[in-house]
Amino acid sequence: MTRKSDSSLTDDLLRPVFETSTKFYVTAAVLAVIVAAGFGTWFYQIYWGMGVTGDNWPVFWGLHETNFVFWIGISHAGTLISAILRIVNATWRRPVTRCAEVITAFALMIGAMFPLVHLGRPWLAWWLIPYPSERLLWPNYRSPLVWDFFAINTYLLSSLLFLALPAIPDFALIRDRTTGWRNWLYGKLSLGWQGTPRQWHRLESAMHMMALAIIPIAISVHTIVSFDFSMAVVPMWHSTIFGPYFVVGAIFSGIAALNIVMAIVRRMLHLEKYLQPIHFRNLGKLMLAMSLLWGYFVFNERLVTWYGNTPHEMAALWSTQLGRYSPMFWTMIFCNFILPFPLLTIRKLRSITATVIASCGVVIGMWLERFLIIVPSLSYKGTSYSWGTYLPRWPEIVIFGASFAAMALLYLLFSKFIPIISIWEMKVGEHSNIKVAAQVQESEAAGELV
Amino acid sequence: MPHKWGMAVDLDRCTGCEACVVACHSENNIPTVGETEAARGRAMHWIRIERYWEGEFPEVQVKFRPVLCQQCDEAPCEPVCPTYASSHSEDGLNSQIYNRCIGTRYCANACGYNVRFFNFFTPSWDKPLHLQLNPDVSVREGGVMEKCTFCIQRINAGKVSAGIEQRPLLDGEIQPACVQSCTANALVFGDLADPDSTVSKLSKSPRGTKLLEELGTKPKVTYLQRGSWDDSQKR
Repeated sequence: MTRKSDSSLTDDLLRPVFETSTKFYVTAAVLAVIVAAGFGTWFYQIYWGMGVTGDNWPVFWGLHETNFVFWIGISHAGTLISAILRIVNATWRRPVTRCAEVITAFALMIGAMFPLVHLGRPWLAWWLIPYPSERLLWPNYRSPLVWDFFAINTYLLSSLLFLALPAIPDFALIRDRTTGWRNWLYGKLSLGWQGTPRQWHRLESAMHMMALAIIPIAISVHTIVSFDFSMAVVPMWHSTIFGPYFVVGAIFSGIAALNIVMAIVRRMLHLEKYLQPIHFRNLGKLMLAMSLLWGYFVFNERLVTWYGNTPHEMAALWSTQLGRYSPMFWTMIFCNFILPFPLLTIRKLRSITATVIASCGVVIGMWLERFLIIVPSLSYKGTSYSWGTYLPRWPEIVIFGASFAAMALLYLLFSKFIPIISIWEMKVGEHSNIKVAAQVQESEAAGELV
Repeated sequence: MPHKWGMAVDLDRCTGCEACVVACHSENNIPTVGETEAARGRAMHWIRIERYWEGEFPEVQVKFRPVLCQQCDEAPCEPVCPTYASSHSEDGLNSQIYNRCIGTRYCANACGYNVRFFNFFTPSWDKPLHLQLNPDVSVREGGVMEKCTFCIQRINAGKVSAGIEQRPLLDGEIQPACVQSCTANALVFGDLADPDSTVSKLSKSPRGTKLLEELGTKPKVTYLQRGSWDDSQKR
């Protein structure tokens, strides 16, 4: 029954799972060494104390917290975009969704590490878990950090589910082509998938429900991350726009990360046939829209602060416009606005390379944005006698670098575990939608769906 | 009736001698972090003398302002702590419970006065200085927040001795280390719940202001501004 195009598609996409080159082992080993260096540095920091970082009085948060917000932002690429595209039934989404969902899962895991890394006594982090303990004390539900704990865990669980559900048919596909322990493993993972119409129907409705549920979760997660800042009476933090501002920034940096990852995957796994210029073009348009929205929020934030003209806020504001932090601010404006704008609007310039360049700019710019939200505000709060500044030191920089290596390593290993492009969704796309619908209707009529 | 501990700081009297800073360090086992760490901004002073200059040389006027935890009624540090390490006591103090602290440093960021300090490293005292540690005050380990407690160990000791003698606490009976050491009597400590206490009267002075009042934190420390004052306000 299998058509020629189907089998070549399956072979193409399954090749990375079954064939491993020396290049893969070398890359994985290099990345693993960097990740190990990151963990080593973390233990060094735990052993000696937070003093090995650049944090100080009064800037008690620095690079670790910037990275936390940054990675949680990156995680908004995947699940959210994939869910929206599924709901509006954008057919071009098919090769993109899994790529994106994997980013969410791993970026969240990495992002969620940073609150642990930044703790003074990380061995007590489990005190955030509410359970009737011998300490007779619940976590403080008024603390945004506790909200974070719940929000991020909810998002992580639901994104893993959202990633695992549409992977079931592909797990079954691998199960049927393997023997030994792999057959056993993928057999367990595919949960007895036989591909009956009833199972397909259940999968489709489960996916639909998850897609609907995950959008509010994703939006609330980054709003809650923004609450970490906006709930405190700190100059330029105590702002009502932080919720949408952070969500837009998160989606913005998320799409950028997705573009970069897609370009790398396309090159490394030879998927040029599947990840086509149209995907980059469409995601580029979405990124452009986010760039405009983000620009509006930055302008709004600064205009309101300037007009309000209170001394502390003005000190923090001017330090980013003309003062100590201004080189970072103007680099951010360049990366997030001036660079992507022509690359994504002018038709002649639009290409995969241009989209990737713009995306790299956006990732850098959005990291700077998070830094500029956290550090200048803390530098200029309180009485002017206690104003301060911040410079990161090597442990923070090593851990920061290792987080990128961890992302690359996890992604690399994952591409060996399951096809990075959903095979069954591609097939559904190749057959006409009408035909599939007709089949489902037929089987429904035949009473196969109870 | 629960107490409500508060302080009045007379800026007209403060000479900027920093005796309070030294007294506070030795009373509360506050570590000195050394030159390098202090330059990195890790110095810990539960009370500090802020120095400001006004005017151009040679017409310069120097002004001192002792700043310590304002023991806010609406403290920004309290709700943000995920583990209740920073919480309100019955006496209205912002207590810091070291054992509960996991070191998020969120309280220090939320504090509008920058009066919270973090143990970036586990402190140590060179011999024989370790023998002068105050046995009534716990020594904090690395990764823990700390701040002015209004010398809670002295408050508790005062309450206990008054309880044994079955009498109410007298005004001025309890003195935190900074108040005790202040040569100019610039610092006055007492019970704001008692309308007749010196600190209550001073807090109602027309010279009285709160630090960064616009934050809405309702501090229990009142600053008496400089300026001429008539005999009725003299103490």
